[in-house]
Amino acid sequence: MARKLSFKDAINEAIAQEMERDQSVIVMGEDNVGGAGSPGEMDAWGGVLGVTKGLYPKFGERVMDTPISESAFIGAAIGAASCGMRPIAELMFVDFMGVCFDQIYNQAAKFRYMFGGKAETPVVIRTMIGGGFRAAAQHSQCLYPIFTHIPGLKCVIPSGPYEAKGLLIQAIRDNDPVIFFEHKAMYALKAEVPEEPYALPFGEAKLLRSGEQVTIVAFGLMVQRALQAAEALANNGIDCEVVDPRTTSPLDETTILQSVAKTGRLVVVDEAYPRCGMAADISALVAQKGFESLQAPVIMVTPPHVPPPFNGALEDLYMPDSARIEAAVQSIVK
Amino acid sequence: MATQLDKTNLLNAYRTMKQIREFEERVHVEFATGDIPGFVHLYAGEEAVATGVCMHLNQRDKIASTHRGHGHCIAKGVDIDAMMAEIYGKRTGSCGGKGGSMHIADISKGMMGANGIVGAGPPLICGAALAAKFKGDQGVGVAFFGDGASNQGTTFESLNLSMVWKLPVLFGAENNGYAESTGVKFNVPTANISDRAAGFGMPGITVDGNDFFAVYEAAGEAIKRARAGGGPTLLECKTNRFFGHFEGDAMTYRAKGEVKDLRERCDALKIFSTQVTSRGLLSQEEMTTIDSEVKAAIDKAVALAKAAPNPTAADLLTDVYIAY
Ligand SMILES: Cc1ncc(C[n+]2csc(CCOP(=O)(O)OP(=O)(O)O)c2C)c(N)n1
Ligand SMILES: [Mg+2]
Repeated sequence: MARKLSFKDAINEAIAQEMERDQSVIVMGEDNVGGAGSPGEMDAWGGVLGVTKGLYPKFGERVMDTPISESAFIGAAIGAASCGMRPIAELMFVDFMGVCFDQIYNQAAKFRYMFGGKAETPVVIRTMIGGGFRAAAQHSQCLYPIFTHIPGLKCVIPSGPYEAKGLLIQAIRDNDPVIFFEHKAMYALKAEVPEEPYALPFGEAKLLRSGEQVTIVAFGLMVQRALQAAEALANNGIDCEVVDPRTTSPLDETTILQSVAKTGRLVVVDEAYPRCGMAADISALVAQKGFESLQAPVIMVTPPHVPPPFNGALEDLYMPDSARIEAAVQSIVK
Repeated sequence: MATQLDKTNLLNAYRTMKQIREFEERVHVEFATGDIPGFVHLYAGEEAVATGVCMHLNQRDKIASTHRGHGHCIAKGVDIDAMMAEIYGKRTGSCGGKGGSMHIADISKGMMGANGIVGAGPPLICGAALAAKFKGDQGVGVAFFGDGASNQGTTFESLNLSMVWKLPVLFGAENNGYAESTGVKFNVPTANISDRAAGFGMPGITVDGNDFFAVYEAAGEAIKRARAGGGPTLLECKTNRFFGHFEGDAMTYRAKGEVKDLRERCDALKIFSTQVTSRGLLSQEEMTTIDSEVKAAIDKAVALAKAAPNPTAADLLTDVYIAY
């Protein structure tokens, strides 16, 4: 039987294998080792949820802790990338991106184009997204649409361990800046993951389930929920197709449009805010290029346009779940 | 230690520190039962800092807090029933259950909010001080921030801005030796965080943050100067945290027996008790009475919080300009 690995371990393995293959790959982030300057153990944390744990004993000073100075160290990762290194910088929670946003959207994203193709910035910024932890408004957001909005950045949202490993390896080898969004509620999720290194190309969606009546496009954790909903709907005789774009930049328009051409109906599930988010973006794509095949309005399943609440009951209402996805599908299938 | 504080004030100081300690010890216990959601960062061990600083403040004065904010809230007079309810995510909480431990705020008390973003407080408090300056109300602003937050660009920029604008600010650096698992020796290359003040032409002082009187004296001078238009001060208080970075932290980065030792040698409440009893300023009985009153108050806060209702579904869509 093939080996199973958690989402967290799949990320760790991808980093370790690339560090072994390529000396220019380095890792940095707050507490990515953990225990520096403290009297107890080193490698004490491996990042706040332990994703990089075990890398320091293997790779020594190529795994670096940083002060809480995101502008400086994210900027330094970007600068080092433009000078021949391949840094993987961890910015704990995507919510903290505000602190260092200039370095990402005016610097990293622009170099190649603005310098007439003469620069490369092979940096990877790993960051956690998503709700479910009762972590409230500053630790639960899914801000990937903001980054998708910026030309020059590549945006990756793995939906499981297999995708996490393959997409992260591609991110490290890629010569453009990549923001890698890890949903914190998925770290323990296990699935089959090949032992050898493999890269999954960007801009290629994955068809996770084929069906005839409705296309469901979903991102990250929402892919898992869309699959649950599709399963339940199948038991009620409704046949859904589930598409995971895997990267929002570049976006595989073809697979989405082909699926909608077949089913004639679209539900987009996105944990990000509804305004100017991926659900709105995919809806616009289909309205522009797939209008003739639509037999029903496009439905967006997203949180309401409010910040993530702390209270658990409110947060459960806030996040899209499989019941809401099922209801959305049912509303457009007669 | 020589003090100008009268008996009432000494009793108040003790009561505030005890409330913080008891509150945090209790949240620690309740968190372990699984009833408290989210990320919780406890202030136990650092009581003398919030108390020694906030005793100089009135309701008009503002404080900006951190993720480790319970102590600041209590010292600034936020209602403990409302705080506890907020930590449980209840509708009766200070933020209606929408914020939680990391976001407790009470604007009416000048408590501008605990904060989930490290280094977010110093710029905000510059704004509070600017507002006080324009209003001419003699108000001051205090930004509490950790040794880790002292490395944030926002903090450095605020130190500079407050000097340039001569703002009535106290920067209260709470150096508890750690930023998450990383020691201050790794993160801060100078011997003291306060040494950095010189680079901005600002007065910088370091005091023993476990000694209430040391904090009280130093903060008093700085706040007096700020109120009189003399500009900002960076006050570093060296202290310790008695629990993990957050609840659930195994603390393998700490030395074996470290916390036990700190609780024996560096406990702000024990140090205070010894100071006041040995000088005959307060009696042990007076403090024991406060202990039992505080314990009863915390018991009540927990009971009320547990029994309180959750927010309603409709609350999800309120308090924002529009929800759709
Ligand atoms: C901008 C930002 N970066 C990182 C974090 C994660 N984080 C939360 S608390 C913390 C450590 C803070 O250390 P310190 O300032 O010393 O405060 P202490 O926890 O010791 O009170 C870190 C890194 C955050 N919340 N915000
Ligand atoms: Mg600290």
